[in-house]
Amino acid sequence: MSELTLQDERNAASVRLERALVALGIVALIAAPFFVYPIFIMKMLCFALFACAFNLLLGYTGLLSFGHATFFGGAAYFCAYAVKAWGWPPEAGILLGMGGAAVLGLVMGFFAIRRQGIYFAMITLALAQMFYFFCVQAPFTEGEDGIQGVPRGTLFGILDLNVAMNMYYVVLAIFLIGVFAIWRIVNSPFGMILRSIRENENRAISLGYSVGRYKLAAFVMSAALAGLAGATKAIVFQFATLTDVTWQMSGEVILMNLLGGIGTMAGPAVGAGLVVGLENTLATSGFPVTIATGLIFMICVLIFRRGIVGELYARWLAPAEGGEGGKG
Amino acid sequence: MTMIFGIPIQALLGQLLVGLINGSFYAMLSLGLAVIFGLLRIINFAHGALYMLGAFIGYLLLVHLGIGYLPALILVPLAVGVFGMAVERAALSRLYRLDPLYGLLFTFGMALVIEGVFRFYYGVSGNPYAVPSLLAGGTNLGFMFLPNYRGWVVVASLVVCIGTWLLIEKTRLGSYLRAATENPELVQAFGVNVPLLLTLTYGLGAALAGLAGILAAPVYQVSPLMGSDLIIVVFAVVVIGGMGSILGAIVTGYMLGLAEGLTKVFYPEASNLVVFVIMAIVLLLRPAGLFGRDA
Amino acid sequence: MSEPLLAVRDLHAWYGEGHALHGVNLDVYRGETVTLLGRNGVGKTTTLRAIMGLVRKREGSVFFNGSDLIGLPLHRVAHQGLGFVPEERGIFATLSVDENLVLPPVVAEGGMSVEEIFDLFPNLKERRNSPGTRLSGGEQQMLAIARILRTGVQMLLLDEPTEGLAPVIVQRIGELLATLKKRGMTILLVEQNFRFAARIADRFYLMEHGKVLEGFPVAELAAHTETLHEVLGV
Repeated sequence: MSELTLQDERNAASVRLERALVALGIVALIAAPFFVYPIFIMKMLCFALFACAFNLLLGYTGLLSFGHATFFGGAAYFCAYAVKAWGWPPEAGILLGMGGAAVLGLVMGFFAIRRQGIYFAMITLALAQMFYFFCVQAPFTEGEDGIQGVPRGTLFGILDLNVAMNMYYVVLAIFLIGVFAIWRIVNSPFGMILRSIRENENRAISLGYSVGRYKLAAFVMSAALAGLAGATKAIVFQFATLTDVTWQMSGEVILMNLLGGIGTMAGPAVGAGLVVGLENTLATSGFPVTIATGLIFMICVLIFRRGIVGELYARWLAPAEGGEGGKG
Repeated sequence: MTMIFGIPIQALLGQLLVGLINGSFYAMLSLGLAVIFGLLRIINFAHGALYMLGAFIGYLLLVHLGIGYLPALILVPLAVGVFGMAVERAALSRLYRLDPLYGLLFTFGMALVIEGVFRFYYGVSGNPYAVPSLLAGGTNLGFMFLPNYRGWVVVASLVVCIGTWLLIEKTRLGSYLRAATENPELVQAFGVNVPLLLTLTYGLGAALAGLAGILAAPVYQVSPLMGSDLIIVVFAVVVIGGMGSILGAIVTGYMLGLAEGLTKVFYPEASNLVVFVIMAIVLLLRPAGLFGRDA
Repeated sequence: MSEPLLAVRDLHAWYGEGHALHGVNLDVYRGETVTLLGRNGVGKTTTLRAIMGLVRKREGSVFFNGSDLIGLPLHRVAHQGLGFVPEERGIFATLSVDENLVLPPVVAEGGMSVEEIFDLFPNLKERRNSPGTRLSGGEQQMLAIARILRTGVQMLLLDEPTEGLAPVIVQRIGELLATLKKRGMTILLVEQNFRFAARIADRFYLMEHGKVLEGFPVAELAAHTETLHEVLGV
């Protein structure tokens, strides 16, 4: 019994700590644009949301998608096109991007969930490549140039997004809403079932869950949220290009998760921040980004499978199991 | 001029030949992937990078050391195979007890590094590799003109594929390999050095990729990017064929190359997509793949 | 009978987190047939697997021919002269009968030739080209034993060779083991079929809760009937 109460106390303490950290993080993000170049933080926030959306699938359902660039980049195209060619307001463009990503997610998920494990990864990769070729050829994406000069417009007809600070707080709000949605999904009964599928798919099947539907639902939600991130990015940077639908982009979001900590709430965001920061640094140094990315991949897989946040969790919350450190 | 479905037969045969060439590379690469996956349970994302490495080593041998195509046919697979074995010993062997996804992620990172290094030093533009004089020129087959080198690629890949198949199905080493695919622990308890077998298998798969690379060098340009786009198509090939069968991987590779060639004749816009479309159809009708045994 | 061929001392073994063997001690002398008795789940199979090194973690000593097998890589163990026939027989589906037969490498001279084996098992010869798993259960068991005989090992670890087989086949396996014994093979056998074991064994070890309770020769079998009833429920 005494062990239990000790555990409870530790849990209560860690919940308090977590809340304090979240509050601190939000305050820091609100204050950030006064100290750091806002466009840089906005880029980080878009990728962080993308990474968190991806984690909903990998971390909480156990499905490794190698095709998430389709939703991120696809939504960017849809949003950019609607805003630029049809003159839609930004909020409508973003919603369209999100909806388009959800539809793409439904189609890709429908095929991919027919196989498991590495086959799932290969199928998503192949279908994403198919979408990439489609984007290369389809006229509306404007090929190699991409859709340039997308107007930021006025949110709900009142908030002028061309003002940097307005844009920043809109992106921050979208990020917080997105992450909150993921948090709610993960901690709902639905999220519990997803986790039980991750832990033991056969047992979930024998308990009577139609596992396929749950996987597909998780896939669509993850795709839609990745789309939200991609569409927002298109508004912020005012363009949508092929870069965001390449397999390298799908790999990058995996790296963000791996580095930050798969299956932790904060890990993917931390990983996204680091990867975006690293790329920014390397861009001026002349050292090739792909080599750095690849090396981090290899190191993470070999000796750092829990990721940064996962490692912190393991050290702070389970000191009794300290002997297992590093073996994720 | 003879026409079939309103298409000149020369154009049709020409595209079929291109398809057969592409299919030869699909077959050799998916064969290597299947051999590696069978024993190591690792999907080798670096397979495309090893193929590119093979082409580049051949190119560098020629440019810097003046070593020509024929010696390169031996040296390149050897070099890429040794490189593969070193990677297996140093890194992959630590991943066998983990979820196979980690193997995929590690080799993905490795592919990025290999590709990145060559991009850094050689840029993204292609480097031509001349057809060796022995195989230059062409032969008039009566119904079409066949460049000799292309004919050689088809023959060589068939020999390599059939040779590998025989090695696995008909030799003692092959029987170790098949048995270890089923139950590695028991095979090792019988006294077979299974860890060494795993190293050799990855080396063999890597050497096959390297050989495909040097064969491809005179057909396509030698470029750092030549592997990464190809590997994704080969993944689709592997999903279509299922990795349970060596012969299945080979046959599927050739079939899809031909299907691509045919599409180029009738509906060129879709030729990039046709492999993926076939993959989707196969997933609907036969999720385990055409030759698949696993669930 | 001075030095035991196999001497197991204080052997512990773990499966994942579960502690399966709690200090097993046993000796097998050259040319002997020794049977491990005990109920399901007391660690008989684990004892054989731990001797071979087929468990995640083990501690203690396994002396074979005087040298300790602990710490040896799994594939070196067979080369010391130890052959293993697993409970599930381990016949490979993608290998023909022939290939299954010659799969285990020869580790010493003195093993049977393929011809001798086919003389002993004519059924296998008839079906030498069919896939290993097309054989009947009894034939698969014969094949599992036969392929070890080729390798020239001095000692056989045999896990439940009669499990699930018809009485006629069980009898044939009994004859086979008697033949092997005559040729000087040392055998450590795990067997549920007590009457079968009583016919061929020289000595018995009785296991309970991951430990050896006691050992006794076949001559004292009658004296131990009561204990056996108690422990085995036979």
